[in-house]
Amino acid sequence: MSLYTQRLWINRIGIGLSMLAMAIGFAALLWILWTLFSKGFSALDWDFFTKDTPAPGSLGGGLRNAIVGSGLILFVTTFVSTPFGILAGIYLAEFGDKSKFAAVTRFVTDIMLSAPSIVIGLFVYALWVVSFGGFSGWAGSIALSLIAIPVVLRTTENMLRLVPPSLREAAFALGAPRWQVSLKVTLRSVKAGVVTGVLLAVARVTGETAPLLFTALNNQFYSTDMSKPMGNLPVVIFQFGMSPYDNWVQLAWGGSLLIALLVLAINIGARVIFRQKDNF
Amino acid sequence: MSEQSTLTGEEIALQVRGLDFFYGDFKGLNGVSLDIAKNKVTAFIGPSGCGKSTLLRTFNRMYDLYPGHRAEGQILFHGKNLLEKKQDVNMIRAKIGMVFQKPTPFPMTIYENIAFGVRLYEKMPASEMDDRVEWALRKAALWDEVKDKLQQSGLSLSGGQQQRLCIARAVSVKPEVLLLDEPTSALDPISTAKIEELVNELKYEYTIVIVTHNMQQAARISDFTAFMYLGELVEFGKTDELFVKPRKAQTEDYITGRFG
Repeated sequence: MSLYTQRLWINRIGIGLSMLAMAIGFAALLWILWTLFSKGFSALDWDFFTKDTPAPGSLGGGLRNAIVGSGLILFVTTFVSTPFGILAGIYLAEFGDKSKFAAVTRFVTDIMLSAPSIVIGLFVYALWVVSFGGFSGWAGSIALSLIAIPVVLRTTENMLRLVPPSLREAAFALGAPRWQVSLKVTLRSVKAGVVTGVLLAVARVTGETAPLLFTALNNQFYSTDMSKPMGNLPVVIFQFGMSPYDNWVQLAWGGSLLIALLVLAINIGARVIFRQKDNF
Repeated sequence: MSEQSTLTGEEIALQVRGLDFFYGDFKGLNGVSLDIAKNKVTAFIGPSGCGKSTLLRTFNRMYDLYPGHRAEGQILFHGKNLLEKKQDVNMIRAKIGMVFQKPTPFPMTIYENIAFGVRLYEKMPASEMDDRVEWALRKAALWDEVKDKLQQSGLSLSGGQQQRLCIARAVSVKPEVLLLDEPTSALDPISTAKIEELVNELKYEYTIVIVTHNMQQAARISDFTAFMYLGELVEFGKTDELFVKPRKAQTEDYITGRFG
């Protein structure tokens, strides 16, 4: 076999293996989506969005309280974690190059990124729930924020580090003070990337169950009071999915499908935004 | 060398005296002294790594951004030493503008690219700002090409246009000195010619210092040329004389293409 045909075969085998790996991953994703659709799609009717979670033994019902609760908790989480994450990211990338404080922050962030979410849930339980009057939507948002902030922070920092030094120098060369260079020039030039980071962080916490078990708990009834226990999709799915009632299991599948579609939509949205880099 | 690097019969914008520059432990400039003549074009030439950009970047204290970089000696501007810690570095940069090798438009509209710098130092009504933006873009010979798309992204322009936008931005804050760090090395010949014409126009109002790899460019557009090698100023003088009758053998070798 000549060297050329040998190379050709190695190339074919290499490409074949990568295609196989991709196909397996893709098949798993399709399988999950298919399962969710086939079992959950029939649950997505009018009642699903307008009725609250049913009591044990009663028929029908929907997930209104859980959908609204999840929406509120996620909204507050986004609102809290975005400024914290972005500002801390700016600090690390633009100001804290050599400082010890920045090095420690970066280290702690890395730990937080890989910390099991149940630990974070327990942490908020011990610190907030126990001392400030019990389970609440606020506690849930705090726990989710602790998971989202490191993601936003790291993406912001990494994006800012990709900004060519020449752009930063150009802004400084005009005599612009540091905060203006950071906020108006460098952050702006990576806006798409930072927004993507925020969206991915939201996608990440959308399906988190463990931290909410210890914090927001759950609420069988419709409530928009963030200081009380709050219904939310992941915990409802967790409870209903393991229940003996057919309508509960059905609702759990519907909720799973809803979350999966939401996360999928956020991810696709993030990609679309990231592609329009020059758009401002 | 020092008597050869001072100028007589010229108004002086910047006086460099005994300038040393350090990148950490490495000495990038060694005892550089020269005068930059007011309202003239001074070119720095020399092989890569000779310190010509380093020298240029001491004039607006660009090196301040990087820990470990430091300059010692004197750069006198209006009688004050720019290198002193107490000098307000932002005010220096407002008076001594800079254009870089690669075009660096900000991620904003063409209009905002200019207005951003102006707003740093002046408060003015919108109509006056419109006038200033137009004035700066005209100075950079870009107005006719962009007047109908001021609200478009600065990044939507071609490379040559982007570089002229950067020149307009530098001019818009009304500096006294313009530092050009290889401003045409990333551009095509036609854009390069436009920038060179521009430099010829601008020198009547601004003191211009240009770093260039292109000796023909230095010969075409500069009044004075400094040849640098290994962190030292080898020869400095009128461009006509330096290119026709270099005093040092090293200068002659470089400009005749024997090394570099």
